Amino acid sequence: MLKLEVRPEPSRAMSIASPLIALAITVVIGTVLFLLLGKDPLRGLAVFFVEPVKSVYALTELAVKATPLLLIALGLALCFRSNVWNIGAEGQFIFGAIAASGVAMQATATTGGWFFVPVLVAGIAGGMAWAAIVALLRDRFHANEILVSLMLVYVAEQFLNYLVYGPWKDPAGYNFPQTITFLKATQVPKLFAGFRVNVGVVVAFVAVVAFWVVLFRTYAGFQLQVGGLAPAAARYAGFSSRKALWTALLVSGAMAGLAGGLEVAGPLGQLTPHVPAGYGFAAIIVAFVGRLHPIGIVFSAILMSMFYIGGELAQSRLGLPKSLTGVFQGLLLFTLLACDTLIVYRLRWTRSRAPAVVPANGDAPPLGPVVVSTVLPAREGT
Amino acid sequence: MDQLALLVAATLNSGTVLAFAALGLLINERAGVVNLGAEGMMLVAAIAGFATAVHTGNDWLAFGAGAFAGAVLAAAFGVLAIWLNTNQYATGLALSLFGAGFSAFVGIRYTQEKLGEQYSFHVPGLADVAFVGPAFFRQHPMVYLAILLTIAIAWFLYRSRAGLVLRAVGESPESAHALGYPVRTIRLAAVVFGGALCGVAGAYISVVYTHLWVEGMTAGKGWIALALTTFATWRPARILLGAYLFGGVTMLQLQLQGEGVQISSQFLTMLPYLATILVLVLISRNASFIRVNMPASIGKPFFPG
Repeated sequence: MLKLEVRPEPSRAMSIASPLIALAITVVIGTVLFLLLGKDPLRGLAVFFVEPVKSVYALTELAVKATPLLLIALGLALCFRSNVWNIGAEGQFIFGAIAASGVAMQATATTGGWFFVPVLVAGIAGGMAWAAIVALLRDRFHANEILVSLMLVYVAEQFLNYLVYGPWKDPAGYNFPQTITFLKATQVPKLFAGFRVNVGVVVAFVAVVAFWVVLFRTYAGFQLQVGGLAPAAARYAGFSSRKALWTALLVSGAMAGLAGGLEVAGPLGQLTPHVPAGYGFAAIIVAFVGRLHPIGIVFSAILMSMFYIGGELAQSRLGLPKSLTGVFQGLLLFTLLACDTLIVYRLRWTRSRAPAVVPANGDAPPLGPVVVSTVLPAREGT
Repeated sequence: MDQLALLVAATLNSGTVLAFAALGLLINERAGVVNLGAEGMMLVAAIAGFATAVHTGNDWLAFGAGAFAGAVLAAAFGVLAIWLNTNQYATGLALSLFGAGFSAFVGIRYTQEKLGEQYSFHVPGLADVAFVGPAFFRQHPMVYLAILLTIAIAWFLYRSRAGLVLRAVGESPESAHALGYPVRTIRLAAVVFGGALCGVAGAYISVVYTHLWVEGMTAGKGWIALALTTFATWRPARILLGAYLFGGVTMLQLQLQGEGVQISSQFLTMLPYLATILVLVLISRNASFIRVNMPASIGKPFFPG
């Protein structure tokens, strides 16, 4: 029978191969799905993997979608590496968008082109504030951050609805639930005339470098990761787990808020109930598929935005529901997690069932792929 | 008075959804497994149950379909998290994300469908008693089943040998394993059972509660059910109580919206979510209290040799 066996040390090769294998499996399942739906699988796959990179315009649109995913996923990677499970990035994204809009609406006809800076700063602050609630409740009352951050997504959505249906509704907007279109001065500068892609992409790439440096070249980043991988060792070394909790949540909240600010001050240009597009949830997948590594996340953010654009194209060209995107995203994470097992374990064919041995404490196998920091957190407060 | 009776009835109705889901998750967590995929399983089960009800017109088949859908997804989660030792949190999250996408994808054909008006149920003899009748005895049979199930699960956990083994697996899988119990099989069984109950809850939402299918219609009920297990400190009776409490909050805010209270409807809609945060804070405040009641090996993988 096939048996899982702990590798002497985690396989580096597998940790890079695993996302590729997962993608391959997802593509195979996608092909079967297209066949079942009676669509030409080649056309279906082309919509997802060729169309989004076919022209300069398509590439810039890909960048527009990849930017928020990249920003949010970077923050989440730091969070997950510190073993803090912030899964409410969507809420922090919404609150960033709300705060940024609040500032953007203050612009007047004489406001200069610099005004997008305070708009984005407000976005960052909004996301941070929303994440700070999670940190506070976890730190002070040991409330589970998974559930609190998720509940706050629903609260943020309702608050957004309240604003756009109520006090912030554009009086000249034919009663549509949306704010005024923000003035040109608040707009994040575009990179090229005629394309929607803006400075946000540059910001995202700067952030990639910054996160890489912080995670792998600073003492603070090291402390965070030790806290995530081995809480006991971190305590022994005197690293504060409270500080790690606050840092992780504030940083990931700031990144999600920045992404929200960039959306409303960029491609959207106003606040509507459709601001939450699921980027906050998709970014969780982006972070894992990118191995919680800044460089890996660049690739997975691009892949995930191909899924987004592919889903939209599948709707317009093939008459398939847009939610196909969500199906593929979920499948990818599922298969990735399964493939990740092979980083720490290898498959071996054994003739008979080996006598099971209870691992003694000393030689217990690692709890999961170390590379992606899947060590399990304690549920209660630390 | 009639108003109050209706509110009580609606509370029991809405609490039933949470009760089924949270009881299922309780069994999971008692065996040491946290399945964050509750929301996804409920959504897929909601559309599975709804589609079955549309095509067959039979509620019970619909619940069966929901339970089956939940169980299948839970089994996929279980194989990954229990046999392949993947991270339980990440895997559950994957299930929730997949379920949301998949249910929306499959359900698109059913968004226009509507189920016929349900025939009402009456408990003979009691349904016509003033106040008590309309409040308690005109419910869907599933409401009473939820109560029976709570009793059955309490009996199973604390009075049966199998329940003792299940708890042992959740407290100390090493000891259970040393005694010769198949820890991972037991955990998988618990996960599949929990998924089936989440499935029943999901089907109840679309088939009984709303009579229609809307994308993302569970609106966080799976996550609230997860919070309920902590709130109830992993006790079946407290889960039922908590479910009715949350059902009450949901109904109260709908009632207030209906009466045109001078608060924006969005703030009222927030109430169940804020209430969840509030009870989490209140119950978790005392860390040692939670730790005493929590299954000791919750969320920890077990890898025998």
